[in-house]
Amino acid sequence: MGVNVADMPVEKKDALSGVSPRLRFRLKERAIESLLQLAALTSVAITLGIVGILSYESFQFFSQISIIDFLTDRQWTPLFADAHYGILPLVTGTLVTTIVALLVAIPMGSLIAIYLSEYASRSVREFVKPALELLSAVPTVVYGYFALLFVTPALQQLWPGLPGFNMLSAGLVIGMMIVPYVSSVSEDAMRAVPTHLREGAFALGATRMQTALRVVFPSALSGITAAYVLGVSRAIGETMVVAIAAGMQPTLTLNPLEPAATMTAYIVQVSLGDVPHGSVAYQTIFATGLMLLLLTLLFNIAGHVLKKRYRQVY
Amino acid sequence: MTPIQQKIARRKALDRFFAFEGLMVMTAALLVLLVLVGQLMFDGLSRLSWQFLTSFPSRFPAQAGIVSAWVGTILVMLVTAMAAIPLGVGAAIYLEEYAPKNWATELIEINIANLAGVPSIVYGLMALGLLVYQFRLGQSFLTAGLTLGMLILPMVIIATREAILAVPPYVREAAYALGATKWQTVRDHVVPYSMGGMLTGMILALSRAVGETAPLITVGALSFIAFLPHPPWQDNFPYVSFQWLFDPFTVMPIQMFNWVSRPQEEFHVNAAAAGLILLAMTVVMNAVAIVIRARFRKRIHW
Repeated sequence: MGVNVADMPVEKKDALSGVSPRLRFRLKERAIESLLQLAALTSVAITLGIVGILSYESFQFFSQISIIDFLTDRQWTPLFADAHYGILPLVTGTLVTTIVALLVAIPMGSLIAIYLSEYASRSVREFVKPALELLSAVPTVVYGYFALLFVTPALQQLWPGLPGFNMLSAGLVIGMMIVPYVSSVSEDAMRAVPTHLREGAFALGATRMQTALRVVFPSALSGITAAYVLGVSRAIGETMVVAIAAGMQPTLTLNPLEPAATMTAYIVQVSLGDVPHGSVAYQTIFATGLMLLLLTLLFNIAGHVLKKRYRQVY
Repeated sequence: MTPIQQKIARRKALDRFFAFEGLMVMTAALLVLLVLVGQLMFDGLSRLSWQFLTSFPSRFPAQAGIVSAWVGTILVMLVTAMAAIPLGVGAAIYLEEYAPKNWATELIEINIANLAGVPSIVYGLMALGLLVYQFRLGQSFLTAGLTLGMLILPMVIIATREAILAVPPYVREAAYALGATKWQTVRDHVVPYSMGGMLTGMILALSRAVGETAPLITVGALSFIAFLPHPPWQDNFPYVSFQWLFDPFTVMPIQMFNWVSRPQEEFHVNAAAAGLILLAMTVVMNAVAIVIRARFRKRIHW
């Protein structure tokens, strides 16, 4: 140690002026690190808050309503005099809109991703990617408007009997909304596939399509799975489009041409009304929210498992 | 043509068809965006006027306006930014620069990735139970801003981490070699060099928050507010007032939702006009983010 730090002049006079400069530096560094650590821990606090509140209120709910009824009753009428608490109609509503959305988003998103990563020139990509990002930046309530007042009337031209509220148009619009999520994550995954794999395929005489579908796509499957899972969780959690365009009536049906409430739409419906804090009706939205969270978690875990399984190491 | 040439020709035709199909699907997706904007303009453009921007909501569609909604959106975003940006940047700096590689750090990282996938309405439920009823913050601007702040926190953290990650390690090593402490390195080098990426991420996160509706319905947004919140200033010392934080709130998407869900067509026109303004807000924010990203990318060459 050449210079003794303690001999250096101390200029500032403050609470720590009696302390050696080195220690002061150390204390300040330590304090800043703790502050930053605290910021990082808030994210954990948020998770604990979510799980805590949902479990607490759901516990209150299930202490009055049996969980068997909740899972097996075929009617969801908590706000009626003859109250039934079967979550099934809301779950089917969510599943139907999600499946319709995925039938749109997965083929479209994957094709766009393949085109952008394997065919498109640099300039096309530079233009299209921000434009697609814009598609996901449109507020969901605007998509709801579009579904109710453009897509539904357009579909009614094809199916004159289609009700004004239906899961089909809500699902189609959610699908369009999540196309950019699916396409951008899949494209990143495909572009990460090393060029020499493509060159190998070309050298064997494969066309670009064969290379894309049989070499690049399978190699990127791990990342593409992640893209699909992202799309699924967006579709399950989507609220405004279904609340506006799919109707608020819980109905146990798998027919996308019918109106039906989803789990998210039900939460919105209750929140819009005057439901007293602490009542069973108030607790139902937390039980529904917990169900929603578990469903998203389930898909995320499934996605994680698939992602691990398809992971390729080059 | 020999059979092999025929086969090759067939494959090439298929390849071209596939490329064409990809192009078509892509065009279709972009066309939807155009149709959506076109429909909003067709329905709502005629309703846009000074009167619409400066009037309160009303039972009469032709007199209704969005002044309480856009003022509300700005104030809620102020709270959201104040909450999410310091916390998000702090968390990102901690995770990239300070955090030891251990199970606790990994837990935080997994947690952030999972939070980003939680449906937004679930944040609303949490805020209803925790902020409104446990902390008794009421159905106020403060609650709304904090709710959206929590919602975009993971986005801010993820974007900031990516920006920090782009600063090459030798910059830090050079600073350390000159005797800088860790915090000095972060404050004087890492943060300024990653500012472009950070700003882009923050603006994109806020633009997402501007359009969020569901969590705010859950915490109790009002859709009919015929007064403005308390102003953020006052005449006597200390001149700044925080009374508005506890006022009831509404925001643009809530106002639009309210008008869409009414049966009268006149209100749908109002909804389209409000939608145009809302869309303009998010598009401008996105454009600003893209410009900032491009400018900083040009300025810094490693």
